[in-house]
Amino acid sequence: MLGVRRSDLPLDKDAHSRFLPWLIAFMVFLAVLAIGGILVLGATASRWDQGVGGTLTVQIAATDNAAQDQNNLQEVLNVIAAESAIETYLVIDEERMMTLLKPWLGADADPADLPLPKLVDIGLADGARFDLLGFTERMQQRVPEATVDDHRVWLQRLVNLIETVELIGLATLGFIALATIGTVIFTTRTGLAVHKEAIEVLHLIGAQDSYIAGQFAGRALMLGLKGGLIGMALGLPALLAVGYLAESLEGAALPEITFGIFEWVLFAVIPIAVALLAMSTARATVLRSLARML
Amino acid sequence: MPDASITRFENVGLRYGLGPEVLQDVTFSLAAGSFHFLVGESGAGKSSLLKLMYLALKPSRGLISLFGKDIATTPRQELPALRRQIGVVFQEFRLLNHLSTFDNVALPLRVAGVREGDVVRHVAELLEWVGLKDHMKARPPTLSGGQQQRVSIARAVIARPKILLADEPTGNVDDRMALRLMHLFEELNRLGTTIVVATHNTALVERLGYPVMRLDAGRFSLIEGSGNVSPARAWHESRESGPESAKARRRPRRARPESETDETDADPPGIENFL
Repeated sequence: MLGVRRSDLPLDKDAHSRFLPWLIAFMVFLAVLAIGGILVLGATASRWDQGVGGTLTVQIAATDNAAQDQNNLQEVLNVIAAESAIETYLVIDEERMMTLLKPWLGADADPADLPLPKLVDIGLADGARFDLLGFTERMQQRVPEATVDDHRVWLQRLVNLIETVELIGLATLGFIALATIGTVIFTTRTGLAVHKEAIEVLHLIGAQDSYIAGQFAGRALMLGLKGGLIGMALGLPALLAVGYLAESLEGAALPEITFGIFEWVLFAVIPIAVALLAMSTARATVLRSLARML
Repeated sequence: MPDASITRFENVGLRYGLGPEVLQDVTFSLAAGSFHFLVGESGAGKSSLLKLMYLALKPSRGLISLFGKDIATTPRQELPALRRQIGVVFQEFRLLNHLSTFDNVALPLRVAGVREGDVVRHVAELLEWVGLKDHMKARPPTLSGGQQQRVSIARAVIARPKILLADEPTGNVDDRMALRLMHLFEELNRLGTTIVVATHNTALVERLGYPVMRLDAGRFSLIEGSGNVSPARAWHESRESGPESAKARRRPRRARPESETDETDADPPGIENFL
């Protein structure tokens, strides 16, 4: 086993490698936050998609004539009733409209003073084929004041935004990995320089390159694992704290951060992955350097 | 054509970078079981020649073959196996200061993947033999120069190399100790190890009478042995009897000069027991 092999090089006493676990810990901390962000955004996107995807809103602009408005609403409801793909519909009543508008208009607004449009919330049947364009056309023929909003444009923009942020999150993970690799390379090179004499002796008495590289790799594995665990110990509470604060927000724009088994396994794998990354980087660095010797 | 020599140099030249050649047209062949001295002024190229022999350097030109293999065409990953058959006593010892005496001597065995149980047994025996049993746990910096030298020699011979290269092994010890070390090398030689000893000690060279490889400003020449018999060898041959004598008779017996026997001070325990 690499981790338990006795070492001929005093790598465990190297002052320069003492800070490596901490650097790795910071990287892992950032990686945990990035992965947490990606998971939350993914969950958000799919929730919005499911929540909004099957809905339409028909808006009927108010006219000066209340009887005309009432007539328009009835016509719209007739069109809706003729549509087999529509499962549910709900006319938003005035009281609900005022609740929605209260943050903008204040509590004293009188609905009678306002030309409020009528809104009909429509739920589509799951998996049903729905001809949005035809529906819109029929609607506008009979009620020119009616407009149909399928949320798709709005939703598409949100999904685009989320996907972009997710890509940035993945790129962040990539950069974190590169920074980790770079740190391990420089630490290993310093170790090679510090122990040049001992390495040369090992080489001359017939040590295979892999024997020498294994000592550095084993050391890097331990340091990487240590750093990974410290990073997790810092990162997970931070992530859960963000989740707790987001949960207490009203109207929860973000879904609760509740992780399933997959997510927990993913987090458990991070310290191991970073340790293996450190190990293979150290090994490759040493092998590259030794290849220059006869 | 099979090559029976341990190591063979043909027209070997060596230069560092773009500097002048420090070795020029070195050609020789060492037969298995031979014993040679390597002499020359400081800077004549002795250490460079040894470095070529223990595969620390590549020649700038010429051919070096070791155990019948051309070094230039041997794949790099096969070189460690060749190096394990070379024992080197470095001029400045090059012991690993963070390791105990025991671990320093054990290094060649561990590098070769010998089982730890065997490592412990062999190293303990050899350390006892070189008189360092009580210093097994000591770190090299706490040892005297002579003790470090013995550790370095023990490390060189622990894996029973086919060839032993010693660079100024008698440099920091008095004459008595120098002669004792030579006894050790002769013992190993008697058991079949090819030996090359680089030295400044001309008295020792003349006394032991082995063939001399000489370097003069990078030029190589070989001088056959003077024919003097070494006191160490004489001492051994005089007490040989029973099964050991057969081994010894491979070498021609020579007259034993009376005057030199007083230098054979300590009674070297038989290395045969160890090896």
